Amino acid sequence: MTSLYEEIPPAPAPGVPTTRVTITVNGEKRTLDIEPRLLLSHLIRQGLQLTGTHMGCDTTGCGACTVLLNGRPVKSCTVLAVQANGRDVETVEGLSSAQQLHPIQEGFKQEHGLQCGYCTPGMMMAAKALLERNPNPTEDEVRWALSGNICRCTGYQNIVKAVLWAAEKMREQEG
Amino acid sequence: MYPSRFDYDAPSSIGEAVAILDRSGGEAKVMAGGQSLIPMLKLRFASPERIVDINNIPGLDYHRLDADGTLRIGALCRHEDLEFSETLAESHPTLYAAAAVVADPIVRTRGTFVGSVCHADPQGDWAATMIALDGRIVAVGPNGRREIPMKDFVLGPFTNALAYNEIAVEAVIPPAKGKARGGYLKLERRIGDFATASVAVALDMDGDVVRRAGCALAGVGGKTIDANAAISVLNGKPLTPDNIEAAADAVAAAADPRTDHRGSAAYKRQIVKTFVSRILTSVARTEQKAA
Repeated sequence: MTSLYEEIPPAPAPGVPTTRVTITVNGEKRTLDIEPRLLLSHLIRQGLQLTGTHMGCDTTGCGACTVLLNGRPVKSCTVLAVQANGRDVETVEGLSSAQQLHPIQEGFKQEHGLQCGYCTPGMMMAAKALLERNPNPTEDEVRWALSGNICRCTGYQNIVKAVLWAAEKMREQEG
Repeated sequence: MYPSRFDYDAPSSIGEAVAILDRSGGEAKVMAGGQSLIPMLKLRFASPERIVDINNIPGLDYHRLDADGTLRIGALCRHEDLEFSETLAESHPTLYAAAAVVADPIVRTRGTFVGSVCHADPQGDWAATMIALDGRIVAVGPNGRREIPMKDFVLGPFTNALAYNEIAVEAVIPPAKGKARGGYLKLERRIGDFATASVAVALDMDGDVVRRAGCALAGVGGKTIDANAAISVLNGKPLTPDNIEAAADAVAAAADPRTDHRGSAAYKRQIVKTFVSRILTSVARTEQKAA
């Protein structure tokens, strides 16, 4: 099924100039021929079929499409896929292994940090970036770090609790 | 949404980037953080034939203080580099305050200071701070480098003074004559929204006397408002309540707000007055405590 956001096919039409890029996605090196105008979010969802990353507003406002680019959170609807050339991309699929949830995922489960779940992948990636820089954040620091991500269900309370839960769990694991 | 087709270059030197711009005769656009340009491409407000991505040029991600206190910000210095800067907190209170309120934390990992100034959005934060601090932009073109003072750089909404074959490589902020004080206040409906009104104030203090006051406003006019002349009523004076009120009134008179969904013109003008007064009062209190 084609939606408004899925008009660009992962493979460009014949004759369209492409650029060859090599991007490490969740630890795996991928070499791709893409159109320069392809957005990173489109590449991730349509090209690589990693549909955990969600498209919300498509205008840099909501943060649902947040992924990590070389470890820093970016809104993937506002980065060209070619700009990830030679760089590392981590999506929500990169958080868990086959058997084990990441503490951030576990935190969202424990604290009921999601209702519809649409914003959740972006929230989790923004939280991951925060906890990598600041393993022991205050509630205010969590709210600050998530202020570029919009949730329309939860009122944010349980999302904040989930991130604090995860921070504690990760500190225990480290310690 | 996706942009219309463009050719793409990611050169590894400024010289190479300038050569590409020069060859493309005005049909190319430079991309740094892309946090304004990519949305404009997607909305098709801009459809350049070529994008020259400068993200692969090494050595542009700096911000540093020269020995004389001059601050230099490279073209790939991201908003968050300034937000987390240890030097800036002490040396440049106006910039430091603004860094924390540009867009939202995720946009700040990618967007750049110099790119934001070049974008010349009437609601942009950095152009206002640059005007208040009397900064200048260093541009490199086929004929070498030149420096453009901020007062000549923003020509109008989304219009700057760069030639088509020039790249802004650095922002320069001159050292304060005395102690640097000031602040930045912005009213926004929610984080990441455009400013309803923003005020940048930069003061060079000599004891409790203002040696030079600078001010600029965002969101309250068709372009970034240069309120340096208005706030100059403070020059040579101490920050007494009367002087603060006179300065706040003068700056509010320089605003040129329009009524829209973010508020009425009168409301926005009042916000400007309040913000100027708050920043100046806060500086006055800090100075009193220090004395």
